[in-house]
Amino acid sequence: MSKIYAMYDDDATLLHGAEKLVAKGVHIKDVFSPFPIHGIDPVIGVRKTRLAICAFIYGLTGMSLALIGMYYFMIVDWPMNIGGKPNHYFYQNIPAFIPITFELTVLCTAHGMAITYFLRNKTLPGMKAKNPDPRTTDDKFVMEINTAEAGMDEAALISELKATGAIEINKA
Amino acid sequence: MHVVEAEIREPLILGEKSYNDITEDVCAPIEGKANALWYFVFGLAGLLALWGVGNILYTVGVGIGVWGLNKTVGWAWDITNFVWWVGIGHAGTLISAVLLLFRQRWRMAINRSAEAMTIFAVMMAALFPGIHMGRIWQAYWVLPLPNQFGSLWPNFNSPLLWDVFAISTYFSVSLVFWYIGLVPDFATVRDRMVKPLPKKIYSILAFGWSGNAKHWNRFEEVSLVLAGLATPLVFSVHSIVSMDFATSVIPGWHTTIFPPYFVAGAVFSGFAMVLTLMLVMRKVLRLEDYLTLKHIEYMNIIVMLTGSMVGVAYLTELFVAWYAGVEYEGYAFMNRATGPYWWAYWSMMTCNVISPQLMWFKKIRRNLVITFILSVIVNIGMWFERFVIIVTSLHRDFLTSSWTQFHPTYVDMGVFLGTIGLFFVLFLLYSRTFPVLALNEVKTILRATGEYGVKGSSSHGHDDHHAEPVVEETAAPVVEEAPVEAPAAEEAAEESTETEEESNDETSEEGDNEENKEQE
Repeated sequence: MSKIYAMYDDDATLLHGAEKLVAKGVHIKDVFSPFPIHGIDPVIGVRKTRLAICAFIYGLTGMSLALIGMYYFMIVDWPMNIGGKPNHYFYQNIPAFIPITFELTVLCTAHGMAITYFLRNKTLPGMKAKNPDPRTTDDKFVMEINTAEAGMDEAALISELKATGAIEINKA
Repeated sequence: MHVVEAEIREPLILGEKSYNDITEDVCAPIEGKANALWYFVFGLAGLLALWGVGNILYTVGVGIGVWGLNKTVGWAWDITNFVWWVGIGHAGTLISAVLLLFRQRWRMAINRSAEAMTIFAVMMAALFPGIHMGRIWQAYWVLPLPNQFGSLWPNFNSPLLWDVFAISTYFSVSLVFWYIGLVPDFATVRDRMVKPLPKKIYSILAFGWSGNAKHWNRFEEVSLVLAGLATPLVFSVHSIVSMDFATSVIPGWHTTIFPPYFVAGAVFSGFAMVLTLMLVMRKVLRLEDYLTLKHIEYMNIIVMLTGSMVGVAYLTELFVAWYAGVEYEGYAFMNRATGPYWWAYWSMMTCNVISPQLMWFKKIRRNLVITFILSVIVNIGMWFERFVIIVTSLHRDFLTSSWTQFHPTYVDMGVFLGTIGLFFVLFLLYSRTFPVLALNEVKTILRATGEYGVKGSSSHGHDDHHAEPVVEETAAPVVEEAPVEAPAAEEAAEESTETEEESNDETSEEGDNEENKEQE
């Protein structure tokens, strides 16, 4: 399947161009940019990420781990009388468990989320980058369109792209 | 999109930069060669670090008897240094997380280096409890691992154990937060590198980052959630450090004011260290356009604010010591101010309470030399604060026969100086191999708060060397939108940036801008 890469030198130009193209029925496959273009996601149909939900679940896991662990160590397995502080029941001992519960919650949330993020992005050490042009990590913005999904023939698409202000158009 | 700031706000990026200029300016130190001064400072820091490593090895080999500790003063320089370094680390997280939640744009030029400072400072901090254990090879005993003593667990009611969890969580979460922000910038460096070996190294570090829409979508979510997590984390860490003292029954330590007081002190010393580093870095790496006087002023204001909070805490402690009517507490504070360690107490008071008050004057806030001197003074003062809290409270305990003084040995001093050396070794290496500004973040504020955006001269002529016919075809006559005055000129601002498509060149020449203004 052949692809067309239209390069822009400004994020706002690309965003307005994308809006116009989408209105004309062009399906934009992806956009590569050196920084997040705010407002592009709904235009090209990128849905909101669900990473935050994962983070919440990791957080719950961390919290449970901490509470269950400390309950077992301090109340069940080896209760210790430390300065006469209450240690017979879990609820009596809970105030002293709060700091570590909080820390483990944060630990599990942050690391769980980071790992999920890298896996979902397919960004791991040694992976190959997929940006079509090295300049997209510097100051250029590239739109990727599958010609089959453009809803118009290639020549028409190219002239449409030029009309939106693309500075360079490449085929692949 | 590009919310243009009001004109009365000082621009955060000076000198009419383009996106490419930012990349060039930040990548220059990575791609260029270090000068003689860098090698000199690096060599000095390296020697200091080696001396420190030698002293640490000596301590581990012989035991902590080589330090000046005695039966009465069981904590001295070691824990002072630990708290000092952890405190310094706090500014990095505060800048990157708390200021992110508050949408402070000036944070973007400093967060990367401040976080690097955090990570290196926490490394130095973690060293001290480790070697203070005496038998560092048994450091894993702090973890709840099943063992051969009938499964004897560490004491989860002890703040010292909370500290283990707090510091390790803080270190690893800061590292992850920092690295996630670094990945897109490593990709920028990777895509610029020509030599095969550096290109290979940076492409491994960049994790194959492509910067497509979905990547950025997830990136922003992760940054926001991690900032939300790091914010309470940073407050919890120094609160827990303060509980190492506050939950004991030593007069001078047993104080409920400790957690907020320690957190304010940590931010205070951390910002001072950020200033010390940034003032040098902006000069050496020629980043004056990004780390502007305005940035320094903002940081000085935070130093002044947190310094005043620390001052209030000192006075509150004194008041409570008197008002509570507990004679031991009263004596502890009287002894601090007038006892054998009066010089440490009054150094602390001068450096931490009086010196930041100078920042009320705008002239001083914006004076680089004075700021640099004050930032060093603040960190000296904060070191004394921890020394005063620890040593003056311990050296005269409840039993007068055991009253004594603490005298540091050369090993105490060597280990401390060594950590300073090691810290600078790490920071100097970082400054030549990592993108020291968060490229992907600084670029997002260029249009809104750069000098470029503020002046509204976003369309700087159509003098393109672009032979692209596309551009010529679509080149509409330059419409001057002049959107800046209206704060809610979002729409207009967008259009003004739109006209920029005509100007594809990265080198915005002064002359063209002048022309545009004349047209206006």
